Amino acid sequence: MFRTITYIFLPLLLVATSCREDELVVPTEYDIVGDIPASTSVRGFYLVNEGNMGSNKCTLDYYDYQTGLYARNFYAERNPSIIKELGDVGNDIGIYGSKLYVAVNCSHKVEVMDARTGVRIGQIDIPNCRYVRFHRGKAYVSSYVGPVMIDPNAPKGAVYEVDTASLAVTRKVTVGYQPEEMVIADDYMYVANSGGYRAPNYDNTVSVIEMIDFKQIQQIPVGINLHRIKKDRYGKLWVTSRGDYHTRPSRLYVLEKKRGYNRMIVSDTLDIACSNMAFRGDSLFYYATEWNNYTQSNTITYGIVDIRTKERVSDNFITDGSDKDISIPYGIAIHPETGDIFVTDAKNYVSSGTLYCFDRKGRRKWSVRTGDIPAHIAFLNE
Amino acid sequence: MAYTTILVKEKMKKALLTALIAIISLNSTAEETADTISLSEVTVQGRKATRQTIPVQTLRGEDLRRLNSNSVADALRYFAGVQVKDYGGVGGIKTINVRSMGTNHTGVVYDGVALGNAQNGQIDLGQFSLDNVEALSLHNGQRSALLQPARDFGSAATVYMRTRAPRFSEGETYHARGTVRFGSFDLINPSALVEVRLSPKVSASLSAEYLTSTGKYKFRYRRVNPAGEIAYDTTAVRQNGDINALRTELNLNGTTTTGDWRFKVYNYTSERGVPGAIVNNVWRRGERIGDNNTFAQGSYTHTAGRWSTLANAKYAFYRTHYVNNDDRQVKIDNLYRQRELYFSTANLFTITDKWWASASYDFQWNTMNADMTGFAKPDRFSNLVSAATALDLGRFRVQASGLMTFIHDNLRGQESPADKHVFTPAVYVSGQPLRAGWLNLRAFYKKSFRMPTFNDLYYADMGNSKLSPEHVTQYNLGAQLAFTPSRTVRAVNLNLDAYYNKVKDKIVAYPKGQQFRWTMLNLGVVDIRGIDATASVTINPVDVLELTFRGQYTYQKAIDITNPADNYYRHQIPYIPHHSGSAVLNAAWRGWGLNYSYMYVGERYNQQENIAYNYTQPWYTSDISISRDFRFGRVKARAMAEINNLLNQDYDVIINYPMPKRNYRFTITVEI
Repeated sequence: MFRTITYIFLPLLLVATSCREDELVVPTEYDIVGDIPASTSVRGFYLVNEGNMGSNKCTLDYYDYQTGLYARNFYAERNPSIIKELGDVGNDIGIYGSKLYVAVNCSHKVEVMDARTGVRIGQIDIPNCRYVRFHRGKAYVSSYVGPVMIDPNAPKGAVYEVDTASLAVTRKVTVGYQPEEMVIADDYMYVANSGGYRAPNYDNTVSVIEMIDFKQIQQIPVGINLHRIKKDRYGKLWVTSRGDYHTRPSRLYVLEKKRGYNRMIVSDTLDIACSNMAFRGDSLFYYATEWNNYTQSNTITYGIVDIRTKERVSDNFITDGSDKDISIPYGIAIHPETGDIFVTDAKNYVSSGTLYCFDRKGRRKWSVRTGDIPAHIAFLNE
Repeated sequence: MAYTTILVKEKMKKALLTALIAIISLNSTAEETADTISLSEVTVQGRKATRQTIPVQTLRGEDLRRLNSNSVADALRYFAGVQVKDYGGVGGIKTINVRSMGTNHTGVVYDGVALGNAQNGQIDLGQFSLDNVEALSLHNGQRSALLQPARDFGSAATVYMRTRAPRFSEGETYHARGTVRFGSFDLINPSALVEVRLSPKVSASLSAEYLTSTGKYKFRYRRVNPAGEIAYDTTAVRQNGDINALRTELNLNGTTTTGDWRFKVYNYTSERGVPGAIVNNVWRRGERIGDNNTFAQGSYTHTAGRWSTLANAKYAFYRTHYVNNDDRQVKIDNLYRQRELYFSTANLFTITDKWWASASYDFQWNTMNADMTGFAKPDRFSNLVSAATALDLGRFRVQASGLMTFIHDNLRGQESPADKHVFTPAVYVSGQPLRAGWLNLRAFYKKSFRMPTFNDLYYADMGNSKLSPEHVTQYNLGAQLAFTPSRTVRAVNLNLDAYYNKVKDKIVAYPKGQQFRWTMLNLGVVDIRGIDATASVTINPVDVLELTFRGQYTYQKAIDITNPADNYYRHQIPYIPHHSGSAVLNAAWRGWGLNYSYMYVGERYNQQENIAYNYTQPWYTSDISISRDFRFGRVKARAMAEINNLLNQDYDVIINYPMPKRNYRFTITVEI
């Protein structure tokens, strides 16, 4: 009997002690891309992969124009002592001065790193933070959560002002419901409010914040469920609406100031669905993904708008037909010098995505595997 | 990381080999001590070497009580082919996936009538305590009985839970049992059972159980860098995992001259926190769920000559209150109400003494309501008709069945989707090639399907009313060896089944372009090949000592073959390990009982792509318990102490849902 027990227990104990390894720090992977431009002041770019909600798989990739190497998921290796790594659901990235900022939505923080090394400097705790922008030594972060209101179902959102030296929140302003992107022009900040938590009663305004007093002075009605807001080289604002996903489609709006007035008004509504956009010269490059209930598939469109005439001049900026490889375009960026166009593919949200690089003329140059849901790109200058 | 994976695989192989040796050596050792006399009265159940046409695994009585299990889900982990999704803690959701086909393909039957959840098709088996469960069995395919409701012919695999039925000896008029469990997580879990003999033919039982726990437990995350230095090592306390739950159950049982009848009223009320994922900077969440589930069910059997009939009826009301109180997230306060009405008639006709035929008809109505804007308020009418026949030629048996399902959904304020009708056949054969009868071979083929759930079809923005059913085809080939080598080594039972399953039109979430907007599509195809092996043996080395061993091993290769363009094409599907298994050793000696259970789940991937970033480590736990029976006149008592996760392993079953470290539980039971 004792032998029986020995025979059973000893091997079991062996099993019990031999299989599990120490959990290693998430390793960085390198891919050779080899795109090394002759001379450029752009050192490289960072890409934030959002990662699916609850997976804690927000990761940071870096492409180095000097070595031609693509480093995938390097945050943990640079910052091994950070518990649970970069966090859950990245939502935006920005570089200001020598610092790199990543808004990590479901980890309720903005991670601040050294822009050259990716080594962590600190974090700014901001609940449900969305986007980050910079102005005169301050970072501005939009957040779905403003003050805790009497009506708990619909708290208004806020924009937090953060000192980029001390990383402390200095001021806060209440804006519309569930604010998304912001843009700063002439000491005014314009904030696109979505109201996404209030569906079907979406918000439809752009909040105008006067930067010196940091007060909301106006809410401009534009369209429902606003998301992107970007400024072109002529000072016009381009605002996207996501629509209600059913009967009201996504739209692109233009806001500008009437001659002699200081107030932005909606000057044009373009009959174009737009998920995201980027500028190069007088061209606005955009893509849109819209679900079609009849065909049971996503309708994906790409195009170029001339920002002077506000006319669509091309219905696809990808010219070699390789757009068919992209299942869900999820991010767009344009190289400030070479004019290369970057488009990310989020695929099914729960597997590795792909980053595509197209040359000025829209022909595919290269592609590389990314993390889950590649989305936001920031270029690093010399 | 790649080399680590290989290393782990090598070690894995070694470990399995040793486990195999353990089983073999156990047998040989046992034979050497074959000359002692075994106990005259055998009370150990669950090892009856009955011939099964269909692979079935059962745990009952003492075996079940000794298993260090909190809930039905914990006990089901000891069955081959089963993977439990466990979100951790006393109140954490626990669902099971049999042979990688998906949770929704497993039927759960409680005292003869199926439990339903039209909302999401999943039964939280963590809600069912083992307190009053007498037998738990898992049938792959379907149960081999012919006299059963049409619905029982439908699932790809079915779990049967049977509660304790009163049995009175001559002169007894009542039984009573009281149990108190307490232990880690501030657990207090009292329960009581009273059984009364109302008349010689009618008995009643009332069972109640209360469970409270703060759900707080320590967990630890630790990472090292490749040089072996600690990168971080943190221990925290799981928050918002508290639970208060009350289960009450009233049963009436009766016999008639031609059959019997049963009636049950059941209520489960709970209020619990949903601990949620542990991610960077988030250690506490604010989600809560309140459940109030009530059902009443009755069944009646009647036999007249060659004809037997079984009638079942059920009415169920489920109320789920979901709240998200997290100030940093969108506030949610939703109430879901589900109702189910069910009637079934099953009829069996004995054609000759070797040939039977049966026909069943079930009607089921489900409805759901939620206080959400634009909710479709679906009503579902299901009509099921089954026909089955069985032939028993002594050493050779065959059974065939066919089930036709008609489903009609009605929506308010929306166009209803097209009606669905699906035919699912099944064929089972078994035979004994040897006259001695210790070897039994079996094979089955079965088609089954699952309907898209109300959530799949109609949930707010995500549902897709155009979904079709998800289909599964199963092929199984198996052998059973059952024999008694000597008086010392009794009841050796070995089972080996190999199977091939194919899941088609698998319902998967598909992105709709904007952040986390999804819809459901019939997109997936999964190819599953696996082996289930189980072994059990009972040994009586000396009179007063009884040793039992049960082991189980599962191999599964479940790969996604949806689209060659996917970067996870032919990769193992999420959370399905290639290797998993368990071993249980039990010793009973003069009122003392010792139980050791070991559970192993091999490496898995937490997402579709089998890459380093999705790699999830194996986990294995050792649980140990010791018990002592006492007797004071008519009063029987038992005290039991358990240590779970003895080796204090820090593991996640589901990524970011840490499991408890070593924990303890004490049980005192008094029975009259």
